[in-house]
Amino acid sequence: MKAFNQINGLVCPLDRANVDTDAIIPKQFLKSIKRSGFGPNLFDEWRYLDHGEPGMDNSTRPVNPEFVLNFPRFRGAEVLLARENFGCGSSREHAPWAIEDYGFRALIAPSFADIFFNNCFKNGLLPIVQPAEVVDQLFREAEQSEGYRLTIDLPSQTMVTPSGQSFPFEITAHRKHCLLNGLDEIGLTLAHADDIRAFEAGHQQRQPWLFV
Amino acid sequence: MKAQTLYDKLWSSHVVREEEDGTCLIYIDRHLVHEVTSPQAFEGLRLAGRKPWRNHSIVATADHNTPTDHWDEGIKDPISRQQVETLDANIKAFGALAYFPFKDLRQGIVHVVGPENGATLPGMTVVCGDSHTSTHGAFGALAHGIGTSEVEHVMATQTLVAKQSKAMLVKVEGQLGRGVTAKDVALAIIGRIGTAGGTGYAVEFGGSAIRSLSMEGRMTLCNMAIEAGARAGMVAVDQTTIDYVKGRPFAPTGETWDRAVAYWRTLVSDEGAVFDNVVELKAEDIEPQVTWGTSPEQVVSIGARVPDPAGEADPVKKGSAERALQYMGLAADTPISQITIDKVFIGSCTNSRIEDLRAAAEIARGRTKAANVKLAMVVPGSGLVKAQAEAEGLDKIFIEAGFEWREPGCSMCLAMNADRLEPGERCASTSNRNFEGRQGQGGRTHLVSPEMAAAAAIAGHFVDVRTFA
Ligand code: SF4
Repeated sequence: MKAFNQINGLVCPLDRANVDTDAIIPKQFLKSIKRSGFGPNLFDEWRYLDHGEPGMDNSTRPVNPEFVLNFPRFRGAEVLLARENFGCGSSREHAPWAIEDYGFRALIAPSFADIFFNNCFKNGLLPIVQPAEVVDQLFREAEQSEGYRLTIDLPSQTMVTPSGQSFPFEITAHRKHCLLNGLDEIGLTLAHADDIRAFEAGHQQRQPWLFV
Repeated sequence: MKAQTLYDKLWSSHVVREEEDGTCLIYIDRHLVHEVTSPQAFEGLRLAGRKPWRNHSIVATADHNTPTDHWDEGIKDPISRQQVETLDANIKAFGALAYFPFKDLRQGIVHVVGPENGATLPGMTVVCGDSHTSTHGAFGALAHGIGTSEVEHVMATQTLVAKQSKAMLVKVEGQLGRGVTAKDVALAIIGRIGTAGGTGYAVEFGGSAIRSLSMEGRMTLCNMAIEAGARAGMVAVDQTTIDYVKGRPFAPTGETWDRAVAYWRTLVSDEGAVFDNVVELKAEDIEPQVTWGTSPEQVVSIGARVPDPAGEADPVKKGSAERALQYMGLAADTPISQITIDKVFIGSCTNSRIEDLRAAAEIARGRTKAANVKLAMVVPGSGLVKAQAEAEGLDKIFIEAGFEWREPGCSMCLAMNADRLEPGERCASTSNRNFEGRQGQGGRTHLVSPEMAAAAAIAGHFVDVRTFA
């Protein structure tokens, strides 16, 4: 997993609430058995004017000029600014895979759906929850000033606007540690294999029917 | 000892270790696996040279991609076929307690298959790379969806890294009216608290109306917990739970059964247990529900009209409502009962169990599908449900009424197989998500109960089942 320390990224504002995982990556792309290559189909139904299927050459498809991701000024954006309940719906990790593969490194919203939020951290993506007023302000600023970038610093847990205004954000110590170091969580957990084995032995005694 | 919620009990009985910041390792008892969210996890194991920690925790089936007709022709879409074959190969290589592959009699939607085989038991932690894993909470289990990285993590370590959520109680007291189902209760709750209302919470459903629901009804309700934002929904164990589990293939027997039952009976919230949030609904207030928009919270009663976004004060909600009406091709103030439909889908892990099919068949019996309804399809949740329904003659009732009777699978719930809506088509669906494009690009989904879907198929438009004679 890619480590996350600090970025200074262009902000793309996606002004819709309840953006669901079916919108982030439509189901036809879930048939892949790989975990990479989803970026070109991120927001497929909004981004293109035709119907997308796996295996198409996306570079020749008609793009929707009215969809914000297609605005030239947001090309290369690394920070996705979103509205409440972003990532609701299915547990498909293809959603963060597509967002990461497209080039985003961080997301900011007033709230995220739980499973999506959790999935982000497994993929080097930093989802940041901010109060609705802050998100409103960022939307205004990002829409008004071209080339609007935020500096997101994980060690100090702050994000700083171009005018120098700084906002703190929360993250659990465990997630911060994993993100900063790009750690594989399985390896970390297996360091506690003895604890797991000990628990399992007791659990089996207490509830033997779970171990058929 | 401090009074505990059901969720506290389930959580604390599975904590392997806890870090200072509250992050825990949680032991996982049952891992349900399907073809869409597992290939990358198995591949990860392979690349790292790892093996499943306990492959007997795994119960797998192929459901999302499988066709619902012409089974003799196999899976025609080569990419879908590859995904299903990849699961076959992975289970063969890594092992499982049980695997119900494509065409197996016990194959079906993973959330129907687990419970009906007794692979879901009270007191378990149940995970699956699928958000509707909340379904299994109906058994007094802690069940929730996980992403593919977590699928791999559970396979490799038998644990999940997680923090305890807050606890919410949704209490529905009273008696549900005739024609009002668990699906209507679920939609009414989502209408009340919103699709993010349960975010960060594990939700317990309680109250007399919930206690009087069958296991099928409780599964429908817990299934939709995720649509209210809650990863996990649950119902306390009672005699209904125990009666359902008894005699299922993977349920304990003999002396172990008695011991298990004694433990399971403790899986209720203690008197005086404190919840972080309590929401109360009166059963008598709940009417048959129909969604009108592109989010499950955009829902009203059958007697209502499509709301006017102009009346919405919150600008974000107003924008969503306007966009939803445009997508759905609906005008504000249209009476719900005047909305005509093109297709009907009765199925999905929300409403494809035997009780759902019986209820829909009761409405369809002796009637005929309206001419404007191009297709009304009934997709049983599993091979066992299908066999049971056929033994009861339900298939004939549906076929005589002009419905199609299909093979089990996820089908048009998410349209990964050939069953889908065409752009602009309007569907009365018993599934759980009415998102844009969910049932096919440009498709328009209205979520309803099985009874309401069957009645709409007959009438050609939405109609109140309570007055449907
Ligand atoms: S029936 Fe629908 S919601 Fe349920 S598991 Fe299948 S695709 Fe997911």
